[in-house]
Amino acid sequence: MAHDGIGARLPRKEDRRFITGAGNYTDDIVVRNAAHAEFVRSPHAHARILRIDVSAALRAPGVIGVLTGAELADDKVGGLICGWMIHSKDGSPMRAAPYAPLARDVVRYVGNPVAIVVAETKNEARDAAELVEVEYEELASVVDPAAAQAPGAPQIHAEAPGNTIYQWALGDKGAVDRAFAGAAHRVEVDLINNRLVPNAIEPRAATAIYDRAEGRFTLYTTSQNPHVTRLVLSAFVGLAPEHKLRVVAPDVGGGFWSKIFIYPEETVCLWAARRLGVPVKWAADRRESFLADAHGRDHVTHAEMAFDASHKIVGLRVKTIANLGAYMSTFSSSVPTYLYATLLSGQYDIPAIYAEVDAVYTNTTPVDAYRGAGRPEATYVVERLMDIAARRLRIDAAEIRRKNFIRSFPHQTPVIMNYDTGDYEASLNAALSAARYAEFPARRAEARSRGKLRGIGLSCYIEACGLAPSQAVGSLGGGVGLWESAEVRVNPVGTIEVLTGSHSHGQGHETTFAQLVAERFGVPTDQVSIIHGDTDKVQFGMGTYGSRSAAVGMSAVNKALERVEAKARRIAAHLMEAAESDVELKGGEFVVAGTDKKIAFANVALAAYTAHNLPPGTEPGLKEGAFYDPVNFTFPAGTYVCEVEVDPKTGAVEIVQFTAADDFGTIVNPMIVEGQVHGGLAQGIGQALLEGCRYDRDSGQLVTATFMDYAMPRARDLVSFNVSTTATPCKTNPLGIKGCGEAGAIGSPAAVINAIANAIGVERIEMPATAQRVWETCRAAQAAVAAQ
Amino acid sequence: MAQINVKVNGRAVSKQVEDRTLLVEFLRETLGLTGTHVGCDTGQCGACVVHLDGRAVKSCTMIAAQASGSEITTIEGLAKGDELHPMQAAFHRHHALQCGFCTPGMIMTAVDLLRRIPHPDEATIRANLDGNLCRCTGYHNIVKAIAAVAESGAGV
Repeated sequence: MAHDGIGARLPRKEDRRFITGAGNYTDDIVVRNAAHAEFVRSPHAHARILRIDVSAALRAPGVIGVLTGAELADDKVGGLICGWMIHSKDGSPMRAAPYAPLARDVVRYVGNPVAIVVAETKNEARDAAELVEVEYEELASVVDPAAAQAPGAPQIHAEAPGNTIYQWALGDKGAVDRAFAGAAHRVEVDLINNRLVPNAIEPRAATAIYDRAEGRFTLYTTSQNPHVTRLVLSAFVGLAPEHKLRVVAPDVGGGFWSKIFIYPEETVCLWAARRLGVPVKWAADRRESFLADAHGRDHVTHAEMAFDASHKIVGLRVKTIANLGAYMSTFSSSVPTYLYATLLSGQYDIPAIYAEVDAVYTNTTPVDAYRGAGRPEATYVVERLMDIAARRLRIDAAEIRRKNFIRSFPHQTPVIMNYDTGDYEASLNAALSAARYAEFPARRAEARSRGKLRGIGLSCYIEACGLAPSQAVGSLGGGVGLWESAEVRVNPVGTIEVLTGSHSHGQGHETTFAQLVAERFGVPTDQVSIIHGDTDKVQFGMGTYGSRSAAVGMSAVNKALERVEAKARRIAAHLMEAAESDVELKGGEFVVAGTDKKIAFANVALAAYTAHNLPPGTEPGLKEGAFYDPVNFTFPAGTYVCEVEVDPKTGAVEIVQFTAADDFGTIVNPMIVEGQVHGGLAQGIGQALLEGCRYDRDSGQLVTATFMDYAMPRARDLVSFNVSTTATPCKTNPLGIKGCGEAGAIGSPAAVINAIANAIGVERIEMPATAQRVWETCRAAQAAVAAQ
Repeated sequence: MAQINVKVNGRAVSKQVEDRTLLVEFLRETLGLTGTHVGCDTGQCGACVVHLDGRAVKSCTMIAAQASGSEITTIEGLAKGDELHPMQAAFHRHHALQCGFCTPGMIMTAVDLLRRIPHPDEATIRANLDGNLCRCTGYHNIVKAIAAVAESGAGV
């Protein structure tokens, strides 16, 4: 039997349905008599709704109903929530304003849903939506986070004076002030972490069904965490109690966090299905995805770093304004706080750190987590500062990092985190060697002979994955526990079904989770099924985001497997008339040590179900469940090296080489892990070079609302990546897994920007480093040289 | 209403649809061939690519009536029974898909690419994927899979 346990490069079990067109995505699901929904959305960034007239729409062909915020309020449907409480530094709770699924009095961003039109066909719904008349009184708007708090800025919610949601701080201000006062060198930088649109290629979709006979709802939806969706819709929005609401997330076409949040559209479809008495189907088009899916990043930051005379960091001070958009999305408050400032120590031994974060409302689409979620922003701050410091202090970019690495573990940072293990020098060395860093000057000289400016940039990132433990998350304001559940069902014939609360939307859980079972029980992976994404099948779970599925989800599976093994061993020992302590599980068989007695795992399963001959007091069956709550975060880390060539005549940037050396601890399937890194790198490089979500400052219109205006990375924008791993297994979970899903997006933007800055010979260039921006920067740099 | 007479994956189909029906809507909604996907509304993402008389087209930028009289192959018609097309097999072997949503269009584009250019270098492969977006793979393994099929000569 081929080895398909932990460490095998096993091709994916789930592939066949996707490559043959047999995937089952939400919009593919056909429900008899389903009606189609179209949302009427605000065309204004900020306006008062004076009047809504739905009479013409109601008369249109095929229309079943048109519902507005007034009906929603009549039915006492609750508002959407932000599930993480943040307190300002003065102790006051964050100023979260109500978030109605359909705006009733005021619209606060372009795309804010105002009404839902339900008709027999999609085209009829679209046509009728055009007939809904909404009279608005336009109000002044603000889209720029740096302008939102200014005196006289338009006021978006009465609950948040000055549009300020919270003014939060972390760290020891006094210690940082003292460190700066005594420092030999100080560097500072102003940065914008550009606003991004997640853009999973499958747009969000939902089909909502209400079964009148049972009083029970079913929601098929593009979700990364169906159980959390059910919990919020039950406990907060109040649409149905949990046992009367089934949420199914079938095949989901990418998420990147954007399909975690509980949004207005799915909520309204569910309510409309009951109110109108028909199943309601909705699928966003891409323009709607741009307007209505939570955006990411959007930070404005000033940061300063202080060094002693030997170039050791003595202090870091950061001030960030984070744009949360027009309403607070599900996890939005946690992103620029506990997922950001807690990572500002990077890979470095920094004795004093102080961060202040102001979160603000603006007249833009809500902003929440996007791949990396706070950690890319933190890495960008730290790694830009390290590069600028290296340049100013005239030392090598690798050496200044090496000099400041944390070298003993566990390491307590000044910003909450306790790193369990790592070897930052190992990944730095691996990356430098793979990137042929030492020979870079020759490549630069050769490029110069062709008129190109060649640059190299490093980024040594760290991230915290598998947010945990639940008690700590709760003490920091989190509204949910962040454990995971699993159930392992061994069938009488020895095939195995694993139910997990994790959700796979590209990560390959059907393969990797099966590899874990194969490793322990020696059964081929094709005899293992992984079941996820349906609240009727899996009792509860927290879903997939934050690179948590392997570290937390598989740890839960592992715990259930241990319990199954213990019971199976007891039965096997009884059947072989041996002492339990003499029985070992090897290659799919229980063997009695030192004898030729053995029994196949499948036969033990059969014995468990026939129950003809079980040890006294043993219940029939072979099925165990487990909940796993991690004791700490995991801390993947690594070094990325980007090498670029800039054409100073056009500003075009070509990535000529990108090298990644990551430490993810134990790796279950290297092929899948490499794929995760590739995808993350593409998104991070996209942020650095191409992607920028833009609002018109005056009108508040989203001007990048199609793939023609928002530059997504395409194949020719990228190169084949040079990826490798080093490993220090995580010490706080049983499998040693750290997680790999977000690293690429976290580490790469700084590497790209550092490389461009290095090529041009400047300190600063903003993301996205478009050809125009690079050309302007080259011109300014040339002018500065000429002026000297 | 428009009368559509097409051959889809080898089967003759005659249907009446609303004039404004897009080819992709005809395939997905009228014929239930949901392997062809819609990822945008501006012809940019390529999730909807099918073969029309042997050439790759974006089925979202074509009215179904325009396709009448044509032979169409969708992702569902690419394999011969249980035997995968070499491009499908290569996407599996080289892990050229993650969430799978862009995959049908990507595979149909890739097959057409090797029909036109049997032995492309990496830059040519990348340039010819310009009409297909993937948000998961960073294209690395897609390029690898296509190059592997080209090298094996099994592409067409």
